[in-house]
Amino acid sequence: MDLLSRLKIDTELAERLLTDFVRVEITRVGVSRAVVGLSGGIDSALVATLATKALGAENVLAVLMPYRASNPSSRADAEEMVEQLGIQSKLIEITPIVEPYLSAHVDGDEKRRGNIMARARMIILYDQSSAFGGLVVGTSNKTETLLGYTTQFGDNAAALQPIGDLYKTQVWQLAEAVGVPPHIVDKAPSADLWSGQTDEGELGFTYAMADQILYLLVDERRTPPDVVALGFDERVVREIEKRVRQNHFKRVIPPVAKLSARTIGADFLYPRDWGV
Amino acid sequence: MKFRIGLAQLAPRLGDVLANLDKHREMIARARIEKVDLLIFPELGLTGYYLKDLVPTVVARPTGDDPMFGKLLAESHDLDLVVGFVEQDPRFRYYISAAYLSRERVVHLHRKVYLPTYRLFDDARFFAAGDSLRAFDTRFGRMGLMICEDAWHISAAYLLWQDGADFLIDIASSPGYGLAADRPGQLASEVTVNSFLRTYAEMLTTFVVYVNRVGIEDGVSFWGGSLAFGPNANELTCAPLMDESLTVAEIDTDALRRARLRLPTLRDERMELVVRELNRIRGNGATESMRSAKTPN
Repeated sequence: MDLLSRLKIDTELAERLLTDFVRVEITRVGVSRAVVGLSGGIDSALVATLATKALGAENVLAVLMPYRASNPSSRADAEEMVEQLGIQSKLIEITPIVEPYLSAHVDGDEKRRGNIMARARMIILYDQSSAFGGLVVGTSNKTETLLGYTTQFGDNAAALQPIGDLYKTQVWQLAEAVGVPPHIVDKAPSADLWSGQTDEGELGFTYAMADQILYLLVDERRTPPDVVALGFDERVVREIEKRVRQNHFKRVIPPVAKLSARTIGADFLYPRDWGV
Repeated sequence: MKFRIGLAQLAPRLGDVLANLDKHREMIARARIEKVDLLIFPELGLTGYYLKDLVPTVVARPTGDDPMFGKLLAESHDLDLVVGFVEQDPRFRYYISAAYLSRERVVHLHRKVYLPTYRLFDDARFFAAGDSLRAFDTRFGRMGLMICEDAWHISAAYLLWQDGADFLIDIASSPGYGLAADRPGQLASEVTVNSFLRTYAEMLTTFVVYVNRVGIEDGVSFWGGSLAFGPNANELTCAPLMDESLTVAEIDTDALRRARLRLPTLRDERMELVVRELNRIRGNGATESMRSAKTPN
């Protein structure tokens, strides 16, 4: 079974749908501008490109938010994207924001440190979006959202998520098609929280592997034993299935205790696009 | 007879009946210029699709004293209209309905029979289901109306055909999905819908007209691609993907005669046999679950 070919997308159609989506969902609320946190990685490079195509370069603000341990090449890649797209940008170092708290309250716990940085960036993005008069456009993809490889209320906080239904391997295809430079498309994905960190090293499996397994479990509704029978490593299949389940809380609004006849989230059901 | 059908592929504003009524009237004005005789709007074109708890706020009644229908009926004095709306009945049940308007009269009202509740759909949570499928006479011939999910049930097309419809009209709010690279430029939803509609035209030797909406609601893109098939399953016209448009199909009803000479499935169809066998199947008291329970393995 050639699964990777089933993950191949019609990039032209995807670009059309996603630029329409960004334009419609932003202009619907009465604004015409977008703010994107640009890390130097492929996801934000793709989203900035889509936002630029949707709204025009003058209506997109890229915010670069490095930490002192961030790889300098990440910043260089982000600056290259800003230049290529001709969009406005702001450089806001997060070190002086997070460092006092980290040194006072957090030791070497990399997960806590990473979450604090992600949430500090969220605070800055939302504030900058208010100053710029735009919406925060998210950069979460389907793979990391399903795996829960995100910080709740951090990097997953956004007004809209244009690439949230694209697996990482599909992000690669679309990024290449819309002109993200090859060295940004090809470099190893990294949250860039410490030197030498890579997503695939931390997760313990490759994106190509994860995407095929997720596609079978989620899109094709196969059972884990079925996926294993198709030739995938049982340990990885179990791990991925568990991650999807255990991280579901990050994908839904927190449960509201039902007391009245109409409870938000349970039986107060309006479309997101209501009234805008 | 020759006449012109207009496919009014528009993007309704969710929950904004007044804005949508304006959009309808603009499209009607354009259609008049294009000498359209019958103009067809999509499912819930007057309200938008993902209404959820907004349903009771966008209702209409298909009568002249309804503020919205009064205007649409007046517009129908010189061209026929098919419009999609939320109908509230006198006992406060809500239906996804379609009305055929002609010469300031409601010629036919169809209430969506099949309300999908799978995947991204939740129609039956918010709407009551229609309970009839009837063909009806118009000044252009006998027609049958289906609303989106109705057309996924082969029985709906079959019943309308046996009831005399030479035109099957399917109005839809069909979400686009599926971007497979081996099918460039086509969504999975488009491929599926086009294939069964073409099959209806081919097997039933009727005209099939499909009007789908465009626009985006809550992240879902409606793909448009409205089209019409002739009774030889030949594509008469096709609207663009995802853009608002008015597309016109030229209809020559003599195509029905020629198609049925080539392929006389209508003449040879044995409705009595179908009814007898359906009654036998039903009369055995064998529900689907009982039958499958008796099947070995």
